[in-house]
Amino acid sequence: MNTAAAIDPRHAAGQRLRERMFRAATFVAALLVLILLGGVALSLLHGAWPALAHFRLHFLTSEIWNPVTEKFGALAAVYGTVITSLIALVIAIPVSFGIAIFLTELAPAWLKRPVGIAIELLAAVPSIIFGIWGLFVLAPILQRHVQPWLIDVIGPLPIIGRLFQGPPFGIGILTAGIVLAIMVVPFISAVTRDVFETVPDVLKESGYGLGATTWEVIWQVVVPYSRTGMIGGIMLGLGRALGETMAVTFVIGNAHRIGSSLLAPGTTISAAIANEFTEAVGDLYTSSLVALGALLFLITFSVIAAARFMLLRLERRALSSV
Amino acid sequence: MSRRFLRKVINVVALALSGLATAIGLFFLGAILWTLFSRGLAGMSVMLFTAMTPPPGGSGGLLNAIYGSVVMTVIGILLGGPVGMLAGTYLAEYGRTARISSVIRFVNDVLLSAPSIIVGLFVYELLVIRMGHFSAIAGAVALAIIALPVTVRTTEDMLNLVPQGMKDASTAMGAYPWRTITSVVYPAARSGIVTGLLLAVARISGETAPLLFTALNNQFWSTDLNAPMANLPVVIFQFALSPYPNWQQLAWSGALLITLSILILSITARFVVARLNPGGQR
Amino acid sequence: MNLQKFQRVLWALLGAIAGTGAVQAADISGAGATFPYPIYSKWADAYKQQTGIGLNYQSIGSGGGIKQIKAKTVTFGASDMPLKPEDLKEAGLVQFPMIIGGVVPVVNIKGVQPGQMVLNGPTVASIYLGEITKWNDARIKKLNPKLSLPATTIAPIYRSDGSGTNFLFTHYLSQESPKFKETIGEATSVQWPSGIGAKGNEGVANMTAQTEGAIGYVEYAYAKQTRMTYCDLINSAGKTVAPNGESFQAAAASADWAHAPGYYLILTDQPGAGSWPITGASFILVYGTPPDATATGEALKFFDWAYRNGARMAADLDYVPLPESLIKQIRATWKAEIKGAPAMASASDAKRM
Repeated sequence: MNTAAAIDPRHAAGQRLRERMFRAATFVAALLVLILLGGVALSLLHGAWPALAHFRLHFLTSEIWNPVTEKFGALAAVYGTVITSLIALVIAIPVSFGIAIFLTELAPAWLKRPVGIAIELLAAVPSIIFGIWGLFVLAPILQRHVQPWLIDVIGPLPIIGRLFQGPPFGIGILTAGIVLAIMVVPFISAVTRDVFETVPDVLKESGYGLGATTWEVIWQVVVPYSRTGMIGGIMLGLGRALGETMAVTFVIGNAHRIGSSLLAPGTTISAAIANEFTEAVGDLYTSSLVALGALLFLITFSVIAAARFMLLRLERRALSSV
Repeated sequence: MSRRFLRKVINVVALALSGLATAIGLFFLGAILWTLFSRGLAGMSVMLFTAMTPPPGGSGGLLNAIYGSVVMTVIGILLGGPVGMLAGTYLAEYGRTARISSVIRFVNDVLLSAPSIIVGLFVYELLVIRMGHFSAIAGAVALAIIALPVTVRTTEDMLNLVPQGMKDASTAMGAYPWRTITSVVYPAARSGIVTGLLLAVARISGETAPLLFTALNNQFWSTDLNAPMANLPVVIFQFALSPYPNWQQLAWSGALLITLSILILSITARFVVARLNPGGQR
Repeated sequence: MNLQKFQRVLWALLGAIAGTGAVQAADISGAGATFPYPIYSKWADAYKQQTGIGLNYQSIGSGGGIKQIKAKTVTFGASDMPLKPEDLKEAGLVQFPMIIGGVVPVVNIKGVQPGQMVLNGPTVASIYLGEITKWNDARIKKLNPKLSLPATTIAPIYRSDGSGTNFLFTHYLSQESPKFKETIGEATSVQWPSGIGAKGNEGVANMTAQTEGAIGYVEYAYAKQTRMTYCDLINSAGKTVAPNGESFQAAAASADWAHAPGYYLILTDQPGAGSWPITGASFILVYGTPPDATATGEALKFFDWAYRNGARMAADLDYVPLPESLIKQIRATWKAEIKGAPAMASASDAKRM
């Protein structure tokens, strides 16, 4: 910044000071992001320590959740979290895939924007809305029409029949999985769409030039190219489903049990914390709930970190191939 | 059946299925909005905005909840927004190529997708236990922590869109980086930053889980930041799970209110971005 | 909008928010049982109209009430499960009953009207143990020979949060069924072998009303206010009683409060032909040496007001107000055990309404 001597040295000094302060402020703010993550991890560990030290590995392997005898095990909650998220993915992946294909290949220009916006609006709807909708609209429909059908038709079948037995409650693991699927579809379809759009036109054109149908170009050119990105998007959706609280709390049934049927009530880590935290009496009970939170943090952190890593690789590749 | 015909059939079926998938997605959006409107509109009245939450069976409104949500959202954005903007500025300007920046960006993305109930637990341990009671301030801090990663991300993206030429021209005239940023880059990226703030507001106004153990709830009108404060999401949670018809009606109306505000905010943000990028580039 | 204007707007906004934090007449803060919530909120509304002081009561379950008062985050806690005298002494808390009510089983069965279904303790225990799974089971039919029961699967609904109502219910079932006592036990939160969990009396009422074939247990006001299908029970005298103010009153009549240290008394399975088997009192917990004497004083003033003026509102909801002798005893306890308790007038020189 050395220009002509027309600059008053005091003015320059003031500018330099402001520069240093501003720069420091932005750096501290940026560091705050790191500090926040570290803080969350530390405080969770701190709160979870009494339970973890007391139960050790039994915490992860025990299904018992008994506030009377003060024996707590995370297995039922972890099981519920994983199973509901899996159901959500099983439903959401094909649907999101279909939506992404529709929006990138099929839809005429005038339809693309409004439909795209509509799907993304689904992502803006707060999760508590999904929860009350699930409880008051979806659950009764499932209880009265869908679940009896499932029990009668699929229940008697060998092997997969076991998944659909039991009384139709309307709420339960399956219902929670369905609600999660609806919530996760916008995320996966948005990422998949973005990824599809990075496929170089020249690759697709070569496919068409060889006489391939639209579907064949999608399945054999676009998808293999976008594989990493798609997996990244799916894992982002998985991360969202694993951590979702409000949508699940309303329809999961709050039972710390592992049932073989998808129609049974269960619980997830976040639903358990939301339901029981403010009323947990006793240090071990509270600490066990925080331990559940720490577990959730660990699981979602791993999934999301892996997803972001994959998407990063895709971004780098797209940038380099342009 | 010739192989060519088979391929054509598969093509049509596959594309039809994708159309079906889109229809399913749109159907659920429509179903949810329909339920919200049909059940929520019935409770819409002036009283909703002028009366407090009633005891079971009485008549009332959501004024204290609406006020509480607005106050905590505003404080949350006031806390998280500027910090996020500064952090995004660092990532886009000063630390653009620094090694630590890639770590920060990565961690920020992780925080962006982290479960909000974890944030609630964190603020409970940090503030509620220390202070000895629930408070609106704790709720606002939890919301700020959720808004932070959103503003960091959008600010960085928006600042990166400002042409390097503008920044260079400013530097050539002898301006320090801080001057360039505040007098040239910020005004240029203004709409984008505002969009980012709008999106952050939309995100935090619907959050329930972080408020469950921080701001709790309040049956009456309260403007005390140091005490539990009513807010829409927790009120909806409590009222929806109750067996009282008047409470359930208020829950639906409140849900409609939140959804409408968020949808309007999201659509507004989208239009602002569209005007900023007339080329339609993402 | 230039920087100047932006700054001005910002300061104005901050000023408005800061003004928000201004001190105002403090509300009484309490948390706990959902069992008495309907009557507490009714009282709070009337009290606020009269005195301008509100009651901020978080209906989060007895477990939550005990936790919050122990953590000193509220002025009083409310619990349907009384704390034992040793626990009271250890925590430095003073406990006294506020109101009496009854827990009733509610069902959602097609074709069954309120008051038609008759059950008894052992049968309800078997249902919740998962031993009786359908409504047309022989054991239920035996108690209801004239009722036509469908083959619907039973969906037991229980409390998923820490609940005094849960304590009363499980305490009663443990008294009626040794197997229940052994397998499940009694507490504010137990591990149920089957069924669906819901939060609060409100949640159980809501879930039962939503699910066909459900059975739940709620405080009677919840069943009455929402017109649910409640059941009659067969009490220890072998008589079938309906849940209402009289049957709760009958159960409470034989309670010997004078000789219960810390007012520790559980009113389930009380003798008497007209007694409702699952009656219980709801208790208030405050500190003997309150961290905030003014706040506790305000809370006590509210309770005193409720004792003197709240009887009719309570009776409307089929709660049983406490007898006068008990109220006198409670006031004496306040004077003796709560430091800084404001002097309360007795009923004889009651202030005007």
